[in-house]
Amino acid sequence: MLAFVIRRLIGAIAVLIGVSFIVFLIFIVVPGGDPATRLAGKNANDQLIANIKHNWGFDRPFYTQYGIMMKKAFTGKLVSYTNQTNVTTQIKEGLAATFSLSIGAAIIWMAFGILVGVISAVKAGRWSDRVITIVALIGISMPVFWLGILTRYFFAEKHTWFPDGEYVGLTQNPFQWFWHLLLPWLVLAVLFIGVYGRVLRGNMLDAINEDYVRTARAKGLDPRRVLIKHVLRNSLIPIVTLFGLDFAAVLGGGAILTETVFDLHGVGQYAAQSIGAFDLPPIMGVTLFGAFFIVLFSAIVDFIYAFLDPRIRPA
Amino acid sequence: MATEPATTEFTLDTAQLLAEEEHGRSIVGRSPWYLAWRRLRRNKVALTAFALFVLVVAVSAAAPLYADHVAHTTASANHPTENVKVGSKIVPVISQGGTYTDPKTHELRVKPVNIIGPTWWHAGGKFVLGADENGRDNAVRLLYGGRNSLIVGVGSAFLCTLFAVILALIAGYYGGVADWVITRFFDLIWAFPVILLAIALGAALSINGLHWNLRLFHVNLESGSLWIPTIVISYVLIPYIGRPLRGQILSLREKEFVEAAVAQGAGPLRIMFGEILPNIASSALVFFTLVVANNILLEAALSFLGAGIQDPNPSWGKLISEGQDRILTAPWLTITPGIAIVVTVVALNIFGDGLRDALDPRAKVRIEH
Repeated sequence: MLAFVIRRLIGAIAVLIGVSFIVFLIFIVVPGGDPATRLAGKNANDQLIANIKHNWGFDRPFYTQYGIMMKKAFTGKLVSYTNQTNVTTQIKEGLAATFSLSIGAAIIWMAFGILVGVISAVKAGRWSDRVITIVALIGISMPVFWLGILTRYFFAEKHTWFPDGEYVGLTQNPFQWFWHLLLPWLVLAVLFIGVYGRVLRGNMLDAINEDYVRTARAKGLDPRRVLIKHVLRNSLIPIVTLFGLDFAAVLGGGAILTETVFDLHGVGQYAAQSIGAFDLPPIMGVTLFGAFFIVLFSAIVDFIYAFLDPRIRPA
Repeated sequence: MATEPATTEFTLDTAQLLAEEEHGRSIVGRSPWYLAWRRLRRNKVALTAFALFVLVVAVSAAAPLYADHVAHTTASANHPTENVKVGSKIVPVISQGGTYTDPKTHELRVKPVNIIGPTWWHAGGKFVLGADENGRDNAVRLLYGGRNSLIVGVGSAFLCTLFAVILALIAGYYGGVADWVITRFFDLIWAFPVILLAIALGAALSINGLHWNLRLFHVNLESGSLWIPTIVISYVLIPYIGRPLRGQILSLREKEFVEAAVAQGAGPLRIMFGEILPNIASSALVFFTLVVANNILLEAALSFLGAGIQDPNPSWGKLISEGQDRILTAPWLTITPGIAIVVTVVALNIFGDGLRDALDPRAKVRIEH
């Protein structure tokens, strides 16, 4: 097990290096033209561009450029040239909002996703299954930002039942924290509930026809017990994988749309605002940060897998 | 990377087996595509969904016709000072705000600026779905926006499927170093949140466009080009198709028909494209349909954030983003493009599911977000 963990960690570090190189390519190499002009932002003067060119080493070979970029990113020296703020500080400030949003939404989507999947699998073919399937399909086909704008408009602006956006710290006022986040949680969770419900329904229908389920039933076990202990448990394994990756993506700034619509000032919204100003260094920072979370979480998912299922653990 | 779910093998032969099981009658001489079509034909819901998608495409393609002959305007023409006859009333497109004195109480009051809402068909085809703050016809912009969204959605899905199939064929057929390199490439892209990677690329390319002037290779895309979002979106989803296809090819490569082709002296290209490709074509087709749906959503998200389609082109996502500031006074600007997206994407998802069921109901083909 220890050897597996070490090997997996080395793999994760290799992926991180690859990922950082891709970020370098995206921002510096792929677009062509002068990278210094791009990084400087919209209202840059020649002096600033010349400074960036020198600072980032754009007059030196590409490996030096890559080295400088990584050094800046990991020592927290990435700076936005549009508003002179430090990218690392800004990301840190957004973490509380992003984490609150992600964790709450994840609890909701996991609970409802499982509920939806189980109900539609048990009632497969009946009208309740059909209704759920259609609703889930609409849920995954809806742009999340559109749903967010409409929800905010209807529940917080037209009728003032809910607070109109903004994030309140948990330590500041736990009740307001919950109350402000309720709509964003639900909006972010809708898509995932649809996806998880559909996947779980399919998995459970496959599992119900397995031999071990027939055996359990033949033994005279309570059908509900068979459903939960035998069918559901095995059908949840792929959901764990999905959950690990989705949760990591949301933590790493993937909830950019929900954060922007509800004005939560999280990491994602920081990136979104930077796009509006065509300010590249923050986007670079957030992309690296997001990829970092996905790599970390996929490693953790693999560890959990190896722990749960000894067959996966390589000798 | 996380463990992949086992891919069920999914070829056109399974469609034939299923048809045999179902009908219990001889189906000799029928091509697997025909058998799949026969199954699909019975799925009225999927066919209706497909018809709906075709309708959306046709209506969007007819945007210039609608603008010329029905609405008598263009996508960017402003009509802020005009008046429209709605039924029997004359209504200004944008009512001028300002102050007025209340005739009863003689108090000074503020008159809000009012934008004309949906006239449906009461204004002879003008402003059917209302106007925006510049007095532009919302319905016309919706159709032009639909054109761009569909071009980018379908174009990027096509590019994405094409590259994914080629990469998967090379990786699956050659194995070894080629496979290692391509799988690692998939892993690396997989490691990014899709939306962040798309935003990073979209933003980096939108500022000054894409300019490569190498000795043999000249690419110059200006920042407003539709090619930029198309390329960006196609690139970020390649591993989502490439990975499962590679898995299928790995198992197909060991099949007897490939051995037979090798024995006949077929070269790698003929084996890849003549023997293996037809066997993964049905999966690729299903993926393509679902990716179109996914890409329309992704394009909308990118354009909403400003990293997708750039001015002066409209798109559904951009219309929503422009409309959200006026949601209290002109909600139609936000609601209509969203409905257009939902209808299109739901239709494509239902059709994609139906297509998969027709080709092989046991296969698990899924696009992750």
